[in-house]
Amino acid sequence: MTKQDLEIVAANGLINRRHLLGLGLAGMGTLASTSLLGADAGLNLEIPGWSKQPGANASGYGSRSRFTDDMQRMSGNPNPLYPGGGASRSPLHQLQGSITPNSLHFERHHAGIPDIDPAQHKLVIHGLVRQPLVFSYEDLLRYPMVSKIYFLECSGNSGSLFGPNPADGSAQSLHGLVSGAEWTGIPLSTLLDEAGVDPDARWINAVGADAASMGRSIPLNRAMDDVMLALFQNGEPVRPGQGYPMRLFVPGCEGNISVKWLTQIKLTREPTHFRDETSKYTDTRLDRKSQQFTFPMGTKSVITAPSGQMKLERQGIYQVTGIAWSGRGSIRRVEVSADGGRTWADAMIDSHQSEKALARFTIPWQWSGGDAVLQSRATDSQGNVQPTRTSLVTEKGNISTYHFHGIQSWAVNTAGDVANVYA
Amino acid sequence: MSTLKKLLTASAVSASLAIGLSAVVQAQSLGTPINESQLQGFDLIAQPNGSGYPAGGGTAMQGKAIFEIRCVACHGMTGEGTSANTRLVGGDMQSEERPIRTVGSYWPHASTLFDYVQRAMPADAPKSLSSDEVYQVIAYVLHLNGIIENSLVLNKETLMQVEMPNKDGFIDSSQAL
Ligand code: HEC
Repeated sequence: MTKQDLEIVAANGLINRRHLLGLGLAGMGTLASTSLLGADAGLNLEIPGWSKQPGANASGYGSRSRFTDDMQRMSGNPNPLYPGGGASRSPLHQLQGSITPNSLHFERHHAGIPDIDPAQHKLVIHGLVRQPLVFSYEDLLRYPMVSKIYFLECSGNSGSLFGPNPADGSAQSLHGLVSGAEWTGIPLSTLLDEAGVDPDARWINAVGADAASMGRSIPLNRAMDDVMLALFQNGEPVRPGQGYPMRLFVPGCEGNISVKWLTQIKLTREPTHFRDETSKYTDTRLDRKSQQFTFPMGTKSVITAPSGQMKLERQGIYQVTGIAWSGRGSIRRVEVSADGGRTWADAMIDSHQSEKALARFTIPWQWSGGDAVLQSRATDSQGNVQPTRTSLVTEKGNISTYHFHGIQSWAVNTAGDVANVYA
Repeated sequence: MSTLKKLLTASAVSASLAIGLSAVVQAQSLGTPINESQLQGFDLIAQPNGSGYPAGGGTAMQGKAIFEIRCVACHGMTGEGTSANTRLVGGDMQSEERPIRTVGSYWPHASTLFDYVQRAMPADAPKSLSSDEVYQVIAYVLHLNGIIENSLVLNKETLMQVEMPNKDGFIDSSQAL
């Protein structure tokens, strides 16, 4: 196949996604065939040293290659005036697929990570129930469990894009408060039914066992839906940073309500109006009224490569790839633009398209050394389309900076530098 | 319940789920019954409707001393804060272009102040204040915001009567799809 065979489907070099099917770089254009496939006179392959001596033994607990040690979450410095408070962001730009390794899943803590002995931990369900109950970890492990793949996103993710000027940032620093995992646990409705929900109950109030005893109120109808008490993440017990030994998991909704280290569920008529659902995690509109309990996360996508602070070292074919998700359904379509949103082409979505989960998208792109602005736009199964940054900020204002789900623009300049821009 | 009995019950739960007899599941219990009275030292939830408040009380005058020992390192001498996150006073939701949102300008319920300080503050030693101290120190925070008098005895009853400036500023979006 020659360069002429590549079907350009949108301006500035976007190539039909069907070229991803069964084609390697060999099928992709002149640059690929000269600089990547042409014989290099100086290169003679030899058997490497590691092929000539036995390697390390099997181990009790695996670790990654030392050559990938630079893959790290990004977190701020500890702050003595906010003990244990802060966040760490997933290295989206270095990850592939739609499952985040547990050690790189984003975190947000309000008072640090408690060191909980599961044998001492209790989960209490009480308030407007027929019979208040207390469960041990061991009790809970005996229930039938379900496993589902879901994204989790902090409602503060991408919040800096509400600001008047684009921050110099990477996919990780700007958007790294989202991750994807398989969560395994007990449908919360099973446990609530066991306690016997009083007809007067309208809300559950969930409290964690961390030093902040972080609490959130969730309407009972939502709690009886697809909410789970999660005990496992990607097959292993939920890690301390994610709520060991157990957390609430509210699919599709702002991460803060998936209360970690869950120890109390109280059923009440009214919400508690906890600090983290009044002072924080509320959305003040332009008319100065503030929306409370804005749970679902918007329809969103981010190109993770090429992305901010990367450098394209040479011209030719790149795979433009990223993640898309929606708190209201599954991802049906992701379009990519290389000219700042004037023309669009459909990307390939190559992961399972399940509800409230990350979907990986990819489209080949020929960079010919000119200026380009890469964007992606997701559409979910409810028909919700990801808005432009401008329309989102015009509609919501920027008094509050939660729930940003506008289109991200990455500018590529003629030197190949990639930067966050507003376009 | 004995461990053996729990195990047997658990397999009954799975078996009944498998054949779809969910009514049977409800009859099985792996949780241990408990009384609300056993949760008095555990349940810290304090709601706007007056539920969940301990006995005790006190004034802003008393709270000033506590604030100056336990809170100022992070919240400043008069609650001005050491960061945007720790500012406790000031702001105006209507007149400011980007309103500074604090306990005084933003919070819709005084109950949240009790609930939060009791469970989470001071951040370097959460849950170390007595109930009296929580009433007193939050009285001082309310007083710094000009919401109550120095001499008001804040307790279970009077806290319910405190009107927050932004009490009508919120819209419940919990049922939005
Ligand atoms: C070691 C530092 C520290 C000390 C001491 C401390 N706080 Fe805090 N306080 C914080 C931090 C940090 C936050 C924000 C926490 C967060 O965002 O999760 C906070 C938040 C608050 C808030 C909520 C502010 C808002 O607008 O959401 C109140 C109210 C509060 N503190 C009251 C107190 C009182 C009263 C005391 C003294 C008894 C106290 N704090 C002592 C660090 C401290």
